[in-house]
Amino acid sequence: MTPILDVRNLSKNYGRNIGCMDVNFSLYPGEVIGIVGESGSGKSTLLGCMAGHLRPSAGEVLFDTRAEGPRDVLRMSEPERRMLARTDWAFVHQNPRDGLRMTVSAGGNVGERLMAVGARHYGDIRAQAVDWLGRVEISDARIDDRPSTFSGGMQQRLQIARNLVTGPRLVFMDEPTGGLDVSVQARLLDLLRALVRDMGLSAVIVTHDLAVVRLLADRLMVMKSGRVVETGLTDQVLDDPQHAYTQLLVSSVLQV
Amino acid sequence: MTPMFDIRDVSKSFVLHNQGSAVIPVMAEASLQVAKGECVALTGESGAGKSTLMRMLYGNYLASAGSIRVGETELVGAQPREVLALRREVLGYVSQFLRVVPRVPTRDVVADPLLALGHDPQETRARAEEMLARLRIPERLWALSPTTFSGGEQQRVNIARGFVHSYPALLLDEPTASLDPVNRETVLCLIEEAKARGAAIVGIFHDAEARARVADREIDVTGFTPERAA
Ligand SMILES: Nc1ncnc2c1ncn2[C@@H]1O[C@H](COP(=O)(O)OP(=O)(O)OP(=O)(O)O)[C@@H](O)[C@H]1O
Ligand SMILES: Nc1ncnc2c1ncn2[C@@H]1O[C@H](COP(=O)(O)OP(=O)(O)OP(=O)(O)O)[C@@H](O)[C@H]1O
Ligand SMILES: [Mg+2]
Ligand SMILES: [Mg+2]
Repeated sequence: MTPILDVRNLSKNYGRNIGCMDVNFSLYPGEVIGIVGESGSGKSTLLGCMAGHLRPSAGEVLFDTRAEGPRDVLRMSEPERRMLARTDWAFVHQNPRDGLRMTVSAGGNVGERLMAVGARHYGDIRAQAVDWLGRVEISDARIDDRPSTFSGGMQQRLQIARNLVTGPRLVFMDEPTGGLDVSVQARLLDLLRALVRDMGLSAVIVTHDLAVVRLLADRLMVMKSGRVVETGLTDQVLDDPQHAYTQLLVSSVLQV
Repeated sequence: MTPMFDIRDVSKSFVLHNQGSAVIPVMAEASLQVAKGECVALTGESGAGKSTLMRMLYGNYLASAGSIRVGETELVGAQPREVLALRREVLGYVSQFLRVVPRVPTRDVVADPLLALGHDPQETRARAEEMLARLRIPERLWALSPTTFSGGEQQRVNIARGFVHSYPALLLDEPTASLDPVNRETVLCLIEEAKARGAAIVGIFHDAEARARVADREIDVTGFTPERAA
């Protein structure tokens, strides 16, 4: 099987500071990989480099495109990469404000993504928007409201609907449940799990929450100071960690 | 006939990096074969290594040395993808505690292993309900998340989930603990049926009567502890 994403020797420096260093991994279709590690360990940097938001200092990010098979995302033209970002990829930001248009209605936020990939029929677009708001449990009575009138959890669910409406194959998420209270987190987890199962999505999830990765991720990468210090099956890494830093991380939290 | 579980010269030590890099050897040269249709009970005092061995068989703990074959898969050095495929298709595990995504209805928790195998959702649902009924989980609870269930109810949901697919290999960690006599009988029947259809089973049973009834052999893991093996 061809990996949907193949990351090779990826490094990113910020001047003399290391963002991330020599990262290698393959993600297969339908797989969810979690990235954990302390603050400043390079998780967002790595995610940003893979998604084309940041320019890496070295390395390759091969994405298995529908038309031409594996291609280096970093060597694509800007329009090609933008097209991928609108169609095959989704990026869920930690702060929903970074992933939503706050001055556009909830329905518009979802419909806009469809229009960007060529949808023109107003009725269809609206129907799909209603469908997706329903899937993320936002009442269609709120379709014309702006996200600024929504709670944090609703904004996060709207961001997910906006990202997934175009049927992406690969989703990047940066702390998707961060900053939400526990019951809202549970809802979101349930939603993400169902979407991964039903749509066969592949996903890269950055989080500091080990309970979240235990439930969502097949595999885990542990980062420290920009480097991946341990990888493996999620439950194996959490229950039998091999690296000193992972042991510290796992023993620092209450039961997961 | 090739054994379903084939464990050869397995050893395991824990290295506690944050406690002076203490090395704790817990198992040495463990070897064990379990044939299709056979049930082996792991025994030994608390701390002897029963759970450790079971977790290595599931790929949850890494073996330090040796070979662990389950069906066609060599677990020592396996890629996570291979372990996941093995767990999906071949190797079931009934753990002592239920761990689930909050808010997922009990019916879906039980159906999950079949859905992961790509079975028809309609049939899967019916099969899950059949298992829940057999384990006497009241129908009014099927649409609720098991997170608020009693200990015994959660354990039965776990068992329903572990037996919903006909795994050729099964690991059972205290499957009858905290069950009343009627449900205990149901679980013992499930184990006997699994053996009859050819499943190889490794289990930990503190319940001596249950062990005597379903296990064909007992293996005292004390024989695998490094001090005594030496
Ligand atoms: N734009 C930037 N300019 C300079 N240094 C940066 C920049 N962005 C990140 N860094 C540095 O790169 C390192 C990795 O940062 P990154 O944001 O990837 O960490 P993170 O693991 O996502 O942390 P957190 O969990 O706090 O979000 C840090 O030392 C950070 O200070
Ligand atoms: N993740 C771990 N890290 C460090 N040591 C461990 C770990 N898991 C088990 N051990 C140690 O391995 C030894 C065997 O433990 P294990 O849990 O396998 O015993 P057991 O036979 O299942 O006991 P019980 O009957 O009490 O469940 C113990 O000394 C235990 O402390
Ligand atoms: Mg970050
Ligand atoms: Mg034990």
